Amino acid sequence: MPTIEDLHRDTTSAVAAPTPTNVATPAPPRAFTPRKKKKPWKSWLLFLLFAGPNVALLIVFTYKPLLQSLYYSTLQWNLGSASAIPVGLGNYVAWFNDPGTVRVVTVTLIFTVATVGGGMVIGLLFAVLLNRKLHGRGAARTVIVAPYVLSGVAVGLLWLFVFDPNFGITAALLDAIGVASPPWYNDPHWALVMVIIVYLWKNVGYVALIYLAALQSVPRDLLEAASLDGARPMRAFRNIVLPLLGPTTFFLSITTLLSSLQSFDIIQAMTKGGPLEGTTTMMYQIYQEGFQAGRAGYSSAVATILFAVLLVVTLIQMKYVEKRVHY
Amino acid sequence: MPTQTSTARRRKPLQLGGYLGLLLAIAVMILPLVWMFLAGFKERDEIYTVPIQWLPDSYDLSNYAAALAAVPFANFFLNSTITTVIGAGLKMLLGLTTAYAVVFLEFPFKKFVFGLVVFALLVPQQIVMIPNFTLVASLGWINTYQGIIVPGLASAFGTFLFRQHFLTLPISILEAAALDGASHWTRLWRFIVPISAPTIAAVALISIVSEWNEYLWPLLVVDRSDMMTLPVGLTLLQNNDGVTNWGVLMAGTVLVTVPVLIAFFALQKRIIAGLTAGGVTG
Repeated sequence: MPTIEDLHRDTTSAVAAPTPTNVATPAPPRAFTPRKKKKPWKSWLLFLLFAGPNVALLIVFTYKPLLQSLYYSTLQWNLGSASAIPVGLGNYVAWFNDPGTVRVVTVTLIFTVATVGGGMVIGLLFAVLLNRKLHGRGAARTVIVAPYVLSGVAVGLLWLFVFDPNFGITAALLDAIGVASPPWYNDPHWALVMVIIVYLWKNVGYVALIYLAALQSVPRDLLEAASLDGARPMRAFRNIVLPLLGPTTFFLSITTLLSSLQSFDIIQAMTKGGPLEGTTTMMYQIYQEGFQAGRAGYSSAVATILFAVLLVVTLIQMKYVEKRVHY
Repeated sequence: MPTQTSTARRRKPLQLGGYLGLLLAIAVMILPLVWMFLAGFKERDEIYTVPIQWLPDSYDLSNYAAALAAVPFANFFLNSTITTVIGAGLKMLLGLTTAYAVVFLEFPFKKFVFGLVVFALLVPQQIVMIPNFTLVASLGWINTYQGIIVPGLASAFGTFLFRQHFLTLPISILEAAALDGASHWTRLWRFIVPISAPTIAAVALISIVSEWNEYLWPLLVVDRSDMMTLPVGLTLLQNNDGVTNWGVLMAGTVLVTVPVLIAFFALQKRIIAGLTAGGVTG
């Protein structure tokens, strides 16, 4: 080895210190070239055979359309139409100047914060509950997770009946305590609350499950040591368990944010973005503009904005949280 | 410092609170489902009544018959089954081969390729749906199985999970396989897949569930009722004449949810393992 390195250093005088990999290429000792050279070639080909189809599908149906969407956002173009007018940033300007945009952004923010934040808090509560040595906790876990595997459309429809202001369960329960049912169907604010509740009901089991798995990996003796030290349960939880859950919280914050921002089924089944666009999130607006109104260019602009926000938020989460989380 | 007795005294009410919490959680999760089941058996006058009537007068199947007569449920079921089986099956195959390549094969841009696969997880479906819809339409794939299946076929999450798993496999098994002179294809199917069965089953169940429930894309590329999948077709029961017929709609909803619920209760260990796999490795 030293001799080859020396040789190499001599011929390419000013080049940085060679690593074993760039040694092999310029000075090929003939003795072992045939084997070593033939193998990587075969391996590369195999790699392409094994990974190629999947990567090709991703390029055709994810990355290429991502760029196309970027391009479409600069067009005034109706879905299905053969002609399009380039408008530069016109769609973006129109979106930012639209009086309805403030409402759409507000609805998106409320929906996202409530479903992500609410989901994590309730999910953690459920997980703590399920982690205790109570009879029937296995059955409870099953029941809590079950809605997560159901179709969002079916869940939306069955809850629509639960929320029926005259003949639903919520009306009956509220009536029992002497309160009239809110107009879930007709009031934009109550409709948003309704959609958030249903989203939480369907998805909270997943969060609970992930937190439960993390809680079960917290060493028991750590908690016992804390209780011997006289730490009260709440404080032991806050000071010992919560920091240990950091990586899990980080993971959940990203995955639940992504799925919350993409949620469509429940809104479509329950409110179709209404009433008075009170449940129109940005995601729903993208669908509506693109496929109901047919304004494909405008829809693509909203999609691009949302994707940019998503990317920035995810990157910030990764940067910021990684520093604070103890791995 | 608390004495033995004080902790014991504290445990009793805590335990009781725990059971109350558990009961409340179960009630909230289960009541809407029970409400759906019962409504499937109710006649109009049992539904439109105040105070609400919990139990139906009789358990006849007239709402189910009405739902089956109103929309082609058999087609929905068949379409959902076909797209789920083919879609999830191919997705698993792509995930396994890609993960194998990334872990066991040499390639100069391996890291880049894996990055490309994982970054796709950050691209929401809604952002690519207009270009994909245009492409599928230009291929003449509207109202076809390939139109429903192919655009969502690539495996990103599965590849990620399989890679994590493959990295934990004992090298000795693979060395033995290599000494045997087995090709990479044989190594994957004869050695890697059998010892990874639990992980594969878990991931397979998760992709089956998500294919089965997929809604937005099939909604866009199918407009003929005989090609609709269950979630898309179910909404046809929703607005027949402006007034929702809850009994029939809930019967339809039962038909969509019950197969999944049964599968979930039967296979919950594996499904839960699949759901947690992402969280633990992440």
